[in-house]
Amino acid sequence: MSNFAFKNVGVIFNRELQSYFATPVAYVFIVIFLVLSGAMTFNMGGFYERGQADLAPFFNFHPWLYLFLVPAISMRLWAEERKSGSIELLLTLPITMLEAVIGKFLAAWSFTASALALTFPLWITVNYLGEPDNGVILAAYIGSLLMAGGFLAIGACVSATTKNQVIAFIISVVICFAFLLSGFPIVLDFFRAWAPQVVVDAIASLSFLTHYASISKGVIDLRDLIYFATLIGAWLYANAVIIEMKKGS
Amino acid sequence: MIEIKHLVKTFGLLTAVNDLSFKVEAGEVLGFLGPNGAGKSTTMKMITGFLAPTSGSISVCGHPVEGDAREAKQQIGYLPEGAPSYGEMTTQQFLSFIADVRQLSGSQRNDRIDTVIQQLHLEKVINRSIETLSKGFKRRVGLAQAILHDPQVLILDEPTDGLDPNQKYEVRELIKGMAKDKIVIISTHILEEVDVICSRAIIIANGRILVDDTPQALLAQSPSGRLDDVFREVTAAGNLS
Repeated sequence: MSNFAFKNVGVIFNRELQSYFATPVAYVFIVIFLVLSGAMTFNMGGFYERGQADLAPFFNFHPWLYLFLVPAISMRLWAEERKSGSIELLLTLPITMLEAVIGKFLAAWSFTASALALTFPLWITVNYLGEPDNGVILAAYIGSLLMAGGFLAIGACVSATTKNQVIAFIISVVICFAFLLSGFPIVLDFFRAWAPQVVVDAIASLSFLTHYASISKGVIDLRDLIYFATLIGAWLYANAVIIEMKKGS
Repeated sequence: MIEIKHLVKTFGLLTAVNDLSFKVEAGEVLGFLGPNGAGKSTTMKMITGFLAPTSGSISVCGHPVEGDAREAKQQIGYLPEGAPSYGEMTTQQFLSFIADVRQLSGSQRNDRIDTVIQQLHLEKVINRSIETLSKGFKRRVGLAQAILHDPQVLILDEPTDGLDPNQKYEVRELIKGMAKDKIVIISTHILEEVDVICSRAIIIANGRILVDDTPQALLAQSPSGRLDDVFREVTAAGNLS
């Protein structure tokens, strides 16, 4: 598929974003995201009790919040198109597969970004209460957004494999969970028993948590950026390949 | 012109389309007939670039579908089987989206949208979401989408399915009106439709062409003068062999 056109990505992007807000999905997601992230920050994170002017209690819960909320956004991306048959319309329009995949992904991503942006009262609160390092907070927001992109790319790809949104949701959660946990000893021990050390190291470096943790401490390392970019790129490429294979069925 | 050469499509062990070759010239309305599972929809899906052929080639107005996909797709207006669309969008939003993808802009964009709304009588449902529409309206929204960019090639998979007799009549008139300098390929189960709008009929079964002739010549073959009988005779023979 040649001649990639940003204009077409934009058209797909707009349609997709429009359809989020045409149904209650968008509003339900945003409200639940804001309520949960607030509750976790104040109740479980001990925002006040810590006595520190930072948003660490807020950002620490994002991986776990995304684990369930992001697959809820991504599950419909392709599964719905395949179920309703609109994929046949979409892919016979003069756009390429790549444009469709990227347009849909960016729409879902910017939707999550807008939900994330709506947590700004927390940032105002912490600035009112003390003098936080706003550079670290900005870095953490960027890290959180990148991590959401990683979750979404996985979810988009899984959504392409099935016509059933519930299946897409559950499998996405499981894969995202594996990507979160892959830095934890319990997972690594399982591989250590039979795989060479190189493989174990590779799996450890795949974890969202390790990369997110370093960014959210305020260190934007090129390696972490490359990690998320590669992860998103690879899953979206797989997404396109799977659609190409399965679109007829 | 659409030129199809030795087209084959297999799904695992099943051969859906088996060495199909034909040409369609501008001005022709080709009726694609055949029993269910004959390979009609599969052929249409390959012409529109949705499915890749296992082997063989298709060119649409000089653009090979595999290779120059964007140009080929630009020439085609397509109504897929069952007229799928985006249910949560309103008719207006949906047509605007199609206009954007088709790169219509400015006054031409608005003119075309207004024209198809008029042609398919969609005025009353313009602000309703498509999932709330009746089957007939959904089909007409699908048709509106297909003709929006005034394509050179129109491929319609069962365009009158689900329409009432009056709507069927109007859609047929619309297709006839558009057909003068275009290529139209329609698949249908309704044989009277072939007689009314098609200038040529191809009957396929098991992925092969059994008959390629004018509806009049087909009618002449039948002692009863009914297309149904010709269809039954031809496809039954095809099944036995």
